Amino acid sequence: MDQFLQQILNGLFLGSIYALIALGYTMVYGVLRFINFAHGDVFMLGAFGGLLLHKALAPMLGGLHWSVTLVVVLLLSMAVCAVFGIGVEFLAYRPLRQRPRLNVLITAIGVSLFIEYTGQHPKVFGATPQSFPAIIPSQNLSGLGSLTVTNTQLIVLVTAIALMVGLRFIVMHTRLGLAMRALSLNPTAAALMGVNNSIIISFTFGLGSALAAAGGILYASLYPSIDPFMGVLPGLKAFVAAVLGGIGNIPGAALGGLIIGVTETLVAGYSQEFGIPSGYRDGVAFVILILILLFKPSGLLGKVEREKV
Amino acid sequence: MKAYRAQLTLLVALLVSFGVSYFSSSIDDYYLDILLNVGINIILAVSLNLVNGHTGQFSLGHAAFMAVGAYGASIVTLEMGASLLRMFGGEGWFATSMTFGIALIIGGICAAACGWLVGVPSLRLRGDYLAIVTLGFNEIIRVVLQNTNSDGPFGGALGLKGIEPYTNFFWVFGVAAVAIYIVSAMVNSTHGRGFLAVRDDEIAAESMGVNTVRYKVVAFVTGSFFAGLAGGLYAHLRTTISPEGFNFLKSVDVVVMVILGGMGSTVGVILAAIVLTVLNEFLRDFEQYRMIVFSLLLIVMMIVRPQGLLPAGIWKRRTKA
Repeated sequence: MDQFLQQILNGLFLGSIYALIALGYTMVYGVLRFINFAHGDVFMLGAFGGLLLHKALAPMLGGLHWSVTLVVVLLLSMAVCAVFGIGVEFLAYRPLRQRPRLNVLITAIGVSLFIEYTGQHPKVFGATPQSFPAIIPSQNLSGLGSLTVTNTQLIVLVTAIALMVGLRFIVMHTRLGLAMRALSLNPTAAALMGVNNSIIISFTFGLGSALAAAGGILYASLYPSIDPFMGVLPGLKAFVAAVLGGIGNIPGAALGGLIIGVTETLVAGYSQEFGIPSGYRDGVAFVILILILLFKPSGLLGKVEREKV
Repeated sequence: MKAYRAQLTLLVALLVSFGVSYFSSSIDDYYLDILLNVGINIILAVSLNLVNGHTGQFSLGHAAFMAVGAYGASIVTLEMGASLLRMFGGEGWFATSMTFGIALIIGGICAAACGWLVGVPSLRLRGDYLAIVTLGFNEIIRVVLQNTNSDGPFGGALGLKGIEPYTNFFWVFGVAAVAIYIVSAMVNSTHGRGFLAVRDDEIAAESMGVNTVRYKVVAFVTGSFFAGLAGGLYAHLRTTISPEGFNFLKSVDVVVMVILGGMGSTVGVILAAIVLTVLNEFLRDFEQYRMIVFSLLLIVMMIVRPQGLLPAGIWKRRTKA
């Protein structure tokens, strides 16, 4: 039983990161109706941003408490990635706004490959994995019986939840959030009501990229080996999470992320008992995707959307 | 005569490739290797073009179907090759051709079956899902093959080796000619207008009574079948295959050929396959820049010239004018 609880807990920590990435997929889908393939790579850039910023700021923040370092690095990396996301949208996606969806999809794949392979070049990040600095001095928390939880894991979960609550506030209680919801409901009507669609789309990309960057830093704190391709699989799984929750639905993405994280950890934890190599854990999300597409393509919380002419 | 022009062309192409194959021992090995690579890439590009170009879907996992075909065909020749050869009279070109032919077709059928399994759930929905499902399938096939037992039929992470080098000029360009013929015949027939209708406007096509899901599945399964054949040819050309050889990058290579040549333009796609294969060969020193250039090419092409360098219909327009 304890082992089961432990697996669930580990799944929640991982799932909260998937949820952060999934939110970006779902928000961009909400306003532009397209899958931003490069989102997983922004997640990678967030982790590398954290690494480089930590290196650059270490002398300045040396004397301060580690929590200050964490907050500064996290916020700066999120800001850098937000600007990057807005830039990508402006340069690559905006010229294609009136074109067929297939063209935008191909561009997104091009952007994703471009980020990965430019990152892999020895003069940028290099192909060999680098170790992410332990910003949070790791220690086991006591008083949980036989369960092991490190303070890193707890901070990851708390940060992820705080960011999601913050996003909820922005989307539901600010004028920008209102405009975002209006745009995703009906772009033409929103424009007629005075919403500047271009600015809102940029804002959405920035918001999504910032969350992905935060996810990258949190992920790297849990699994401190980062390389230019680290975003591919988490990105794919987060996409599945977004589809599972109902793509375009913000609470759905968070729920989907947690479900994918828990399922994956459970499969990885118990697969050996059934004689399945644990390497198959990466296949779990894929099987879930096929099952949703077969049985409930609109996702758990999504609405069925008829395509209109 | 005019009615049979396509069939005649196919026949001539098959005869020519047979003739060249007869003299292929006098071609320099290095150039022959490049030529065969060109042929295999033509098969891949033309078959992917049926899905991505003519039918307007987007598959990102062509290498996965190639892998299924390669493993399927290689396992047939490795495990059952001896008994098949004996069945067809032991030695000689007839026995080897029959064995290889059967192995290729079994590989192709395995790939088509996978294409059906992956295609049916995702093709009922909008195009984006196919892209992500095939991308995932590409990764899964690789992970699954790598995790197989190293002394089992799939050979684990090291893959298979000691595959008979059956692939020759005739097989590669024969299959390429058949692939081009079948794809063109499918698209240019009355029935085939359905593919183009699905691409141009799925909702309009559906309301005119076109069974869009069926057309998409037919295109996808046919494309997967030929990718499987290409995989079998590749395996029996290289004589060793490993899961790593069929990664996502291989799929992207084919996608770039289709987009550069012009989605839906068979001639353009064939030319792009030739040019990119030869360029890849001569630009080996710039390997680390290759994918950067390819990805930029995808972005710039989509913004500046989404119809490709040689779009379909460019020839027709010229003759009219």
